[in-house]
Amino acid sequence: MPLTEKTPVVLLTGFLGSGKTTLLQRLLAHPEMGETAVIVNELGEVAIDHHLLRRVDERTVVLGNGCVCCTLRGDLADELRDLLGRRERAEIPPFRRVVVETTGVADPAPIVYTLLSEPVVKHHFELERVITTVDAVHGLRGRESLLQAVAADRLVVTKTDLASGGELERRLGALNPTAEVLEVSFGEVDPDVLFGGEGRRLRDLPAASHAEHDGVQAHSLVFDEQLDWIAFGVWLTMLLSSRGSDVLRVKGLLDVGGSGPLLLNGVQHVVHPPVHLDAWPDDDRRSRIVFIGRGLERSALEESLTAFVRAARQ
Amino acid sequence: MCALCGVLLNDHWAEQDGGRRGRTFRVGLVNRVLDHFGLELDDWAGRVYVLRDRKGRAAVVDNLGVLWTQAAVFAGRPLDPLDPELVRALD
Repeated sequence: MPLTEKTPVVLLTGFLGSGKTTLLQRLLAHPEMGETAVIVNELGEVAIDHHLLRRVDERTVVLGNGCVCCTLRGDLADELRDLLGRRERAEIPPFRRVVVETTGVADPAPIVYTLLSEPVVKHHFELERVITTVDAVHGLRGRESLLQAVAADRLVVTKTDLASGGELERRLGALNPTAEVLEVSFGEVDPDVLFGGEGRRLRDLPAASHAEHDGVQAHSLVFDEQLDWIAFGVWLTMLLSSRGSDVLRVKGLLDVGGSGPLLLNGVQHVVHPPVHLDAWPDDDRRSRIVFIGRGLERSALEESLTAFVRAARQ
Repeated sequence: MCALCGVLLNDHWAEQDGGRRGRTFRVGLVNRVLDHFGLELDDWAGRVYVLRDRKGRAAVVDNLGVLWTQAAVFAGRPLDPLDPELVRALD
């Protein structure tokens, strides 16, 4: 792997008993997972014959002025730095991807924050995607389960042998329209299905959709006009500052005037550096932004952002 | 930290594009918003910003993320972009 290329990190999360360890165990049996380093919290539960399996004790460092989501996961940063050093010294087999399995009650935001902010980690690793397991028997359970589901880029509905996943899949898809929803039984899934694809396409969400879980709603906004990126940045930073605890996820493809869109992706307060894509994923070149949160009104978001963009033109 | 001037470098996601011109444009737009709350922002050497209120208080802020937090302290309330009065004022 060239030195300049960042190693992708996949975050595997899901509530206690939702089947993420089974999924990981079955995935590790595939030969193509050999070049994957795995970081887990609970070593005993995973097959231990994988040569790149590491265990961490969840250890958070609360920053002086930080909120909960801006908390550094020191354990993860240490482990990733250690993996990096050992790979460079050829003490461990080379790896091309890292899978981090979280505890069942982990909030994904501090992990995303760690990957984006820790100086060494952010230069050598990049978060490729968040995969969240939800079991068809219990569905979403509590705050952490909800945070994990809205942070997902891929939602895996498990235990569909015990309960029908259809209704849950529909609800999850409406609650987090940025994620692909897959059904997986007994962890049987091809690694390519989970780790392949670019995962950047935003599925359309009907304007009138009101998928709600525990007061959390997804709103999909579409803008015909080109958006000014600076105005958008001013607006979103202000929104996250004043209503940050209500905004759980933001993801969008923005038409800022280039040949392709600008990809925006944020989990709670933590926003990935925006990426200019070379091309749009389909013929629809309008800006599309999905907000998932509490107490946000679609019309208020739309009118406010429009006012900021227009003010920038004057 | 920049070794030459001691100013903390930052790479806030909302300020990565646009360069110097973008920064000037950003300050102009932010000031239209801040005016509604009796506040004002100046760029300081393209490195940090200085936020002021009408009572003469001033604070140095590194980036947009910190700006709104400090502005809320000066204004005595969060600065909500969805506030209908602010939206009307911008229109």
